[in-house]
Amino acid sequence: MSAPAGSTAETALEYGLQAEEYDLIMRRLNREPNPLELGLFSVMWSEHCSYKSSRRHLAKFPTAGPRVIQGPGENAGVVDIGDGQAVVFKMESHNHPSFIEPYQGAATGVGGIMRDVFTMGARPIALLNALRFGDPKHPRTRRLVAGVVAGIGGYGNCVGVPTLGGETNFHSGYDGNILVNAMCVGLADAEKIFYSAAPAAGLPVVYFGSKTGRDGIHGATMASAEFDEDSEEKRPTVQVGDPFAEKLLIEATLELMASGAVAAIQDMGAAGLTSSCVEMAGKGDVGIDLDLDRVPQREEGMTAYEMMLSESQERMLAILKPGREADGRRIFAKWGLDAATIGRTTDTGRIVLRHHGAVVCDLPLGPLTADAPLYDRPWVEPPSEAPLDPAGVSPPADWEAAILKLIACPDLSSKRWIWEQYDRHVMADTLADSASGADAGVVRVDGGRKALALTSDCTPRYVAADPFEGGKQAVAEAWRNLTAVGGDPIAVTDNLNFGNPERPQIMGQIVRAIEGMAQACRALDFPVVSGNVSLYNETGGAAIPPTPTVGAVGLIPDHARRAGFASLEAGDTLLLVGESRGEMGSSLYLREILGREEGAPPPVDLAAERRNGDFVRGLIRSGAVRTVHDLSDGGLAIAAAEMALASTIGLTLETAGGLAPHLFLFGEDQGRYLIASAEPSGIIEGAVRAGVTIASVGRAGGDAFEAPSLFSVPLERLRQAHEGWMPAYMAGA
Amino acid sequence: MKAAVVVFPGSNCDRDCQRAIETSTGARVERVWHQETALPAGVDLIVLPGGFAHGDYLRAGAMAALSPVMAEVRAAAARGVAVAGVCNGFQILCEAGMLPGALLRNAGLKYVCKPVDLDVSNLQTRFTAAFKDRRRATMTVGNGEGNYFADEETLDRLEGEGRVVFRYAGNPNGSARDIAGIVDASGNVLGIMPHPDRAFEPELGSADGALLFQSVMASA
Repeated sequence: MSAPAGSTAETALEYGLQAEEYDLIMRRLNREPNPLELGLFSVMWSEHCSYKSSRRHLAKFPTAGPRVIQGPGENAGVVDIGDGQAVVFKMESHNHPSFIEPYQGAATGVGGIMRDVFTMGARPIALLNALRFGDPKHPRTRRLVAGVVAGIGGYGNCVGVPTLGGETNFHSGYDGNILVNAMCVGLADAEKIFYSAAPAAGLPVVYFGSKTGRDGIHGATMASAEFDEDSEEKRPTVQVGDPFAEKLLIEATLELMASGAVAAIQDMGAAGLTSSCVEMAGKGDVGIDLDLDRVPQREEGMTAYEMMLSESQERMLAILKPGREADGRRIFAKWGLDAATIGRTTDTGRIVLRHHGAVVCDLPLGPLTADAPLYDRPWVEPPSEAPLDPAGVSPPADWEAAILKLIACPDLSSKRWIWEQYDRHVMADTLADSASGADAGVVRVDGGRKALALTSDCTPRYVAADPFEGGKQAVAEAWRNLTAVGGDPIAVTDNLNFGNPERPQIMGQIVRAIEGMAQACRALDFPVVSGNVSLYNETGGAAIPPTPTVGAVGLIPDHARRAGFASLEAGDTLLLVGESRGEMGSSLYLREILGREEGAPPPVDLAAERRNGDFVRGLIRSGAVRTVHDLSDGGLAIAAAEMALASTIGLTLETAGGLAPHLFLFGEDQGRYLIASAEPSGIIEGAVRAGVTIASVGRAGGDAFEAPSLFSVPLERLRQAHEGWMPAYMAGA
Repeated sequence: MKAAVVVFPGSNCDRDCQRAIETSTGARVERVWHQETALPAGVDLIVLPGGFAHGDYLRAGAMAALSPVMAEVRAAAARGVAVAGVCNGFQILCEAGMLPGALLRNAGLKYVCKPVDLDVSNLQTRFTAAFKDRRRATMTVGNGEGNYFADEETLDRLEGEGRVVFRYAGNPNGSARDIAGIVDASGNVLGIMPHPDRAFEPELGSADGALLFQSVMASA
């Protein structure tokens, strides 16, 4: 790809800029931008880089808190976890590239999010991923699953960061746009966080990492456009990852930081060299001069346009302190990385690029960054489903068949086929992962007593049915996941995946989901510290179900006091914490057993959520309880079945109560936990004192999952159903 | 007691090995860059850690086998110093010709990460003495190329000489005769595919790996 000869509004359109945005550039510059300059504007003003449609609404999130060191706006959020340590984390999408080229798209998604974390001075210690695929019956789905999973594993395994958990959903709404959201969590010294703002003029700008090639040009622009039938042709805009280079880059970057040479640093992610140098200079309120002839190049004859727009992977840009370039050279040579001083910071407030001795770009930085367009896109209140009349929800004709069908449905079946391809134990700190039977992943902090709980969550069918309640629920469920393992939920990263924001109904989904999330974050003291927005997830005019994924981190002061759901023992009494009203709207029972996708999602009572969660966490912390599972998809029946399977012991559920058994067992009421104890009476008394609804709902023992007079399923049959679907599906069955 | 953990570009279990050895034996551990031409004086154990040395490009372990430090590792083993290659380290030892056979792509053609039960098939080696009468150990594997292969004659000889030290009870990768770990003819060089360095404390799911490091340190 080369820059066109003339700079016209037509070229701007090809680059994804609107006609009025082109006019705005003309007004800001008082001249026509040259083709290279137009390229810079097009990527910096893309939705992906500028958040021009979402920024106004993202401001509604609470972002401060006593533990927050760095909120949104940097490469990743930074949160204090005591003892001079900080956790650094972010979640980011790589949806469009993964649909076009699943292996490389997913792999480079993992690479990109890791760079965001180690750029801040943190060593990556855990990865999670949230995946949404189309209908399993869609002809593309199997190939996409295989490619994405292999790509995530291929990259994370090689770099040597454990992939601890995540979620995988299937729905026809993602047939034309899959979602690949990757989260990375790192550990840093709280006093040694690195930022991107260039601190002064006259400092050397050092490029290091892989060479720049012609791959990924205009990736950020692609990520900000809808797909059509020609999207296959966008394959050249997908980057190619090299996890070995990333591993070297991590070690070299951390060594360079430890040497004391780094004044500011930024990875080259979306929009490559352009966004990294523009952001560093822009945030530091300085200028930057680059000599592009010095950029390490993979191929000959690259134009300035290609170098500035390339999204070649595994590259970093650092501004070094005066006189410290020799430290850099020594470290880069040790790790075998290409490196070059490609320019200096200036006091001009401009970005000046030279190529073959000529100035090829000279722009003021303001219009590229701070003065980028900010839209208040028109939106309408999105339609929401009416509450479902429970009287119209029939019980299963065959209870046993219904249980087996639910536990084997694509969303609930075991994802062993996926997570056995991920290294979950490297770094030797993994206490709980996808295999463990726990609601969140758990890693020790550097081998000590302290641990971090990590999760990712969203229930897109709830958000589709009611964006505000669904947004609330995504946050609440992530908070619940962390609580269920004994963690104090401390902060959130969000990954907002939606359709085209230029359509008022989609914009309405975005606005209302953000408002719901923000309300839950405020009520639960759960600040948002980083995030990513992925819009234009549409193909042929059909948008994905709104999917605001919530990644979250919790703190466990002493990992000896934590919980999972694989520790059920014979004779334990099962206690249900939280109130059950039989909420069946948009439930999995309704979808999978009755074939209906309708009804208002279960509302989240945030006060009850907090009360119930604090009570359960207190039980775990006091050592009174170590077997806990939160209730979510499929309700009590599925939570209990999962607990029985993970613990390899049968259990009997009692259904006596005011609710019809199917509403009680499959209702998806929020804010609930299933806990197990050999000595329940003290727990029940404590709950009553705390104003928490609690009831005994069963007992562990035997080798069947059963409810008297309703069903009795041998555990092994349940296991075969749960474990069987995914391997059979991937084998082409 | 002293151990060295070699760090190749792309090693990713070097820190794990260091902590595992320190925690389970109290030995002092130095990490040694692969370009070094000398090892720390007086080491009792040299570990080649897991990871993807040189990205596993060409073949897993092929380039690392040619690193400058490997001449020293070979010489140390000849002097009687214990050498353990874990996962990628096992692949490197095979590529370096210090152990027979090769590690091929897993039979299932996919990377596999899971806990495995191991039979400790020879309790008389310097790597297994501390297992005493424990014939069963649990560790996790994490590999894409862990499928041990050697010709029938070599396999017969390994078995006949008691050099198959660990065997899978539930083969995760198609390894010949369920082989998970072997030693060389001198008994000083161990290659093991599962990770003792991820199994050194009960909270990690198993502390059986600690026995391996304790065995070798006791033998020094």
